[in-house]
Amino acid sequence: MLSKNNVQKIANLARIEISDEEAEKYSKELSDILGFVEKLNEADTDKIEPIAHITGAKNVTREDEIIEANAETKEGIIKNFPEKKDRFDKVKAVF
Amino acid sequence: MIRDLHEKLVNQEITSEQLTSDYFDAIEKKEPKIEAFLSLNKEFALDKARAVDRKIQNGEEIGLLAGIPSAIKDNMCINGLPVTAGSKVLENYIAPYDATVIKKLKKEDAVFLGKTNLDEFAMGSSTENSAYQTTKNAHDTSRVPGGSSGGSAAAVAADMCAYALGSDTGGSIRQPASFCGTVGLKPTYGLVSRYGLIAMASSFDQIGPITRTVEDAAIVFSRIAGKDRHDSTSVPLVDKNYEDFLSGNVKNLKIGVPKEYFEGNGLDAGVRKIVENSIEKYEKLGAKIIDVSLPSGEYALATYYIIQPCEVSSNMARYDGIRFGQSIEKGNSEDNFVLKDIYFKSRAKYLGKEVKRRIMLGTYALSAGYYDQYYKKAQKVRALIKNKFEEAFQKVDVILGPTAPTPAFKIGEKTENPLEMYLADIYTAPANIAGIPAISIPAGNAKIEGKELPVGLQLMGKWFDEETLLNCAHAFEIS
Repeated sequence: MLSKNNVQKIANLARIEISDEEAEKYSKELSDILGFVEKLNEADTDKIEPIAHITGAKNVTREDEIIEANAETKEGIIKNFPEKKDRFDKVKAVF
Repeated sequence: MIRDLHEKLVNQEITSEQLTSDYFDAIEKKEPKIEAFLSLNKEFALDKARAVDRKIQNGEEIGLLAGIPSAIKDNMCINGLPVTAGSKVLENYIAPYDATVIKKLKKEDAVFLGKTNLDEFAMGSSTENSAYQTTKNAHDTSRVPGGSSGGSAAAVAADMCAYALGSDTGGSIRQPASFCGTVGLKPTYGLVSRYGLIAMASSFDQIGPITRTVEDAAIVFSRIAGKDRHDSTSVPLVDKNYEDFLSGNVKNLKIGVPKEYFEGNGLDAGVRKIVENSIEKYEKLGAKIIDVSLPSGEYALATYYIIQPCEVSSNMARYDGIRFGQSIEKGNSEDNFVLKDIYFKSRAKYLGKEVKRRIMLGTYALSAGYYDQYYKKAQKVRALIKNKFEEAFQKVDVILGPTAPTPAFKIGEKTENPLEMYLADIYTAPANIAGIPAISIPAGNAKIEGKELPVGLQLMGKWFDEETLLNCAHAFEIS
């Protein structure tokens, strides 16, 4: 069971501001889901190696080379900045 | 269907321009009731159509998809056009590049009519999680079209496009295909590049076609698959046109039926009946029906609902209000916010409920002290499920079962209970966990409240054996 307090801690880690009412709601919903996934504990996995990926691919490498994007793509990326100064992405102070 | 249109174009019985504007007329007429599209690109589509017409008039040879109008789920990037992923956080975002599937379809001279509705970031089974609109099921507009590719499935079902692309993370192509009475193919993980598909859960996500016939699915799939340098998980194993290998012969084909998929009381009686009838039909066609054992859908779903939110929590980190997307920073430059406030407040304001729920679930499962209990355990069960499929595929060529436990449900029926909504994926998630290909094909109708609602049959195939899978589906469809 996740308490409201737990939920606020998780939301803080996830960088999402949530209200007290939301925390209450999420506490119930997330607890329900975590209750459902308890089912996993019934599976005997003692001799099983975990897999992160189905293809079995490991360390797919390529040459470390610069491929220039075309001007249109570059402009497109810059246009999508929420705030900008000239061609730079403008951000708030860290502190 | 696609082939018929192609022949009409080549024989100059109709122009692509006429075909395209006919589809826009159909959209204009039906869209107010169905709400399948988030944006339309009329001029863009008609320009392309006219270019194809010129090729035909010049006697140039054209491919099967040239000049054929399609719809694209709005989580795939088309250069210069909006892509929202069904989220407010990407409202007004313009894609600065083409997804690889779009690049490939452009090479085929495909015509894109517009972008279709989806649950926000493809998280959902009904399109009700879209931040913009809920798409309606054409068979009963009080019901959902399924999801998350509900807009694509509804557009195909209502004949507002010749075919559509969807994406499938836990059933998002197959479940709406089942609800809408269309064909939906989720290819083997790795066969279709995910570059330019807005990521949800990267080890599960796969793009595939939603179509009217199995042949159409084969045609589209063959043209979007292939190794891509932009997606290191893509594999170079598709080098043929699968539509050329549909013999319709399933004599002696070994079809496995997992008994676990018919246990418990979650499976609707009407759906069960239709699946049982389908088994009989395959027997009559000469296929051998063999019992197989797979972990119950609940294990798969539990595994899925740990790993998927973990990957979601990581993939959604990019929506931080800094580099793109909606931000509370916009037009707010004079206040005393620091960087952290932009993160917290932008994510709070522009991400939807279900997205936040999954981010938090994943954040929790990956956090110190819980990683082994949840994430690692789920990865082990994932390996276990994959092993069980490998064992089953030693004995059989294809595995058959229901696509979804019920026909289309009512709008609003499951929105208050996330867990109940998740159960809609119970038969589809296993294929994503194992990475195998799976297809949903229309298998009959169930009568509910006086309305005939389509029911899909799911066939799952061996890794990279789309050929057998598609042929098995084709045999069912033509008989």
